[in-house]
Amino acid sequence: MTAPSMRDARPIVEVRDLARDYPMGDEIVPALRGVSFTVEQGEYAAIVGPSGCGKSTLLNLLGVIDRPTTGTVTIAGERVDALTDARATDFRLRRIGFVFQRFYLMQALTARENIELPLAEAGLRGVARRDRARTLLEYVGLSRREGHRPSQLSGGEQQRVAIARALANEPKLLLADEPTGELDARTGAEMIALFQRLNADGTTIVVVTHDEDLARAAKRVIHMRDGSIVSDERAARDRAP
Amino acid sequence: MLFTLAFASLVRHRARTALAVLGVAVSAAMLLDMVMLSSGMRESFRSLLLSQGFQLRIAPKGTLPFDTEATIRDADSLVALLRALPQVDRVSPVLGGQLHVPRASGAVTAAVLGLEPLVQGDYELVDGRHPMAPDELVANDAMLRAIGRRVGDTVTAAAGYDAQLRGLSGVRLLHVVGRVRFIYMAAEQRGSAIPLATLRAMQGPEASSRVSLAMVRLRPGANADAMRAVVERLVPRVTVVSTTDAIRQVDERLSYFRQLAVILGAVSLLVGFLLVTTLMTVSVNERIGEIAVMRAIGVRRERIVAQIVVEAGAIMLVAAPLGLALGLVTARYLNSILARFPGLPERIDFFLFQPASAWTALGLLVLSGILSGIYPSWRSASLGIAPTLRREAVG
Repeated sequence: MTAPSMRDARPIVEVRDLARDYPMGDEIVPALRGVSFTVEQGEYAAIVGPSGCGKSTLLNLLGVIDRPTTGTVTIAGERVDALTDARATDFRLRRIGFVFQRFYLMQALTARENIELPLAEAGLRGVARRDRARTLLEYVGLSRREGHRPSQLSGGEQQRVAIARALANEPKLLLADEPTGELDARTGAEMIALFQRLNADGTTIVVVTHDEDLARAAKRVIHMRDGSIVSDERAARDRAP
Repeated sequence: MLFTLAFASLVRHRARTALAVLGVAVSAAMLLDMVMLSSGMRESFRSLLLSQGFQLRIAPKGTLPFDTEATIRDADSLVALLRALPQVDRVSPVLGGQLHVPRASGAVTAAVLGLEPLVQGDYELVDGRHPMAPDELVANDAMLRAIGRRVGDTVTAAAGYDAQLRGLSGVRLLHVVGRVRFIYMAAEQRGSAIPLATLRAMQGPEASSRVSLAMVRLRPGANADAMRAVVERLVPRVTVVSTTDAIRQVDERLSYFRQLAVILGAVSLLVGFLLVTTLMTVSVNERIGEIAVMRAIGVRRERIVAQIVVEAGAIMLVAAPLGLALGLVTARYLNSILARFPGLPERIDFFLFQPASAWTALGLLVLSGILSGIYPSWRSASLGIAPTLRREAVG
């Protein structure tokens, strides 16, 4: 799992003229207004902006859990903006990893079982599934916590389990919505380090955040305002010479 | 994983799950009782009619056996005719009447059957022997208690009693030779049996060569309905009732019982269904965020529905055996109450357990469990993922 060099980079995400409107009574409220951008394989992009600027809407569209009003979304070479429910579900399972602000682990399952959930859905059985879950727990530093339920874990530990779950089926793209939003500063810093390690190991990451530290850690920062991209900056270390 | 998640969800709220199981068990018990009631009396009556192997019952024209005091005249020739038919294995003529046993406080009255002991099908011998001699009598416990006699005692009895004149007619000194259980008599009904010729003699010349009923047992392979038609054609002055006819008539008379049972059974099932649906709806609403996340990480909608259906089905499956056991206990108790209903044969059961009843109740329960899980799970799994997560994040 090594990060591809930017010279080999090819778009893993292609967004063209993406718009999303929400009906609010008799009015139509535009949440996204014709957004276009690409994310290369191995990139680590942070989408920032004030509340209500459309960044979570954009993340939902990238994660194929919502449909655009107009425009196209292509992920890993596949148009995903108009998939059927069944195809979208399968696409999410195999190509997308989701990390949420509130972790959203299954409270009834242990840490390991939470990670096994998408593996089971993908058809991995028995020992192979358990081994894969244990490997991921070890990767996020929780190998001693596999039998603990979410209520027995700290916020940071729960988010680590959620990240391991998101990585279960080796997704092409990891999406995170305010992953440090529920964590204290120290645990948030650990999470930032984990995301950097993930990216260094080759995972393409798009994160939506208000956390300046998390945004600074990204290689690219996309600023949004009123449903549009107002700036798109790459960190100096990643700019082409 | 599906079962792990379903099991874990159920044990997460142990008290609630346990209460739901108990509620469904009560509903299942009611359901089983109603299923048993709807077919119990019919099957019990059928088994009673066939217990001695007699398939045809011949009664005076236009009557049912022992429905009236009417008798068949010239019955000896009828019996001889029947016995001559090749399809007939056995004919048991029976004359009904009353037996009065004088006591210091007044006469004790009991039902008496005049019959031929070697071919009779009206009682089972409990103790002693059959009344083979003309002055011998067998009686049930209720009769023996009422007259204060036991096997081996003698008793003075009469076929007629004028209460105003306190006069007895057809008086005989009879020896009690057996204690019996009458098959078609009510539990507390006093009953006795003596030889047919003795009863005819006690009832006087009018009873000569008369019977109230003749029961016919056919040889193996003979068709009861065909034989019924043959006998009615040969002897137009009688009504022949086959077991099928009798069951049909019982069915007609008991139709309101069945309707009641079906309605109450349906209500029980509906209560169980609503109970589990409510529980599953509450449970699903509590987990709406989890379900949206499961959908977001790629768990198929069908899998989520299946998981919740498994939870509902598990409640039903655990509750079903409890309910069946409870149903059997309550059926037994209710049966003991209803068995005291006046005039019903002792052996009639209102609630007859049959494996088919249990399977029917279990099948209906599992089906309702599946249905009760489908609605809330499908509804929750069909909600938009993004708006649900947004609501959960805000709420």
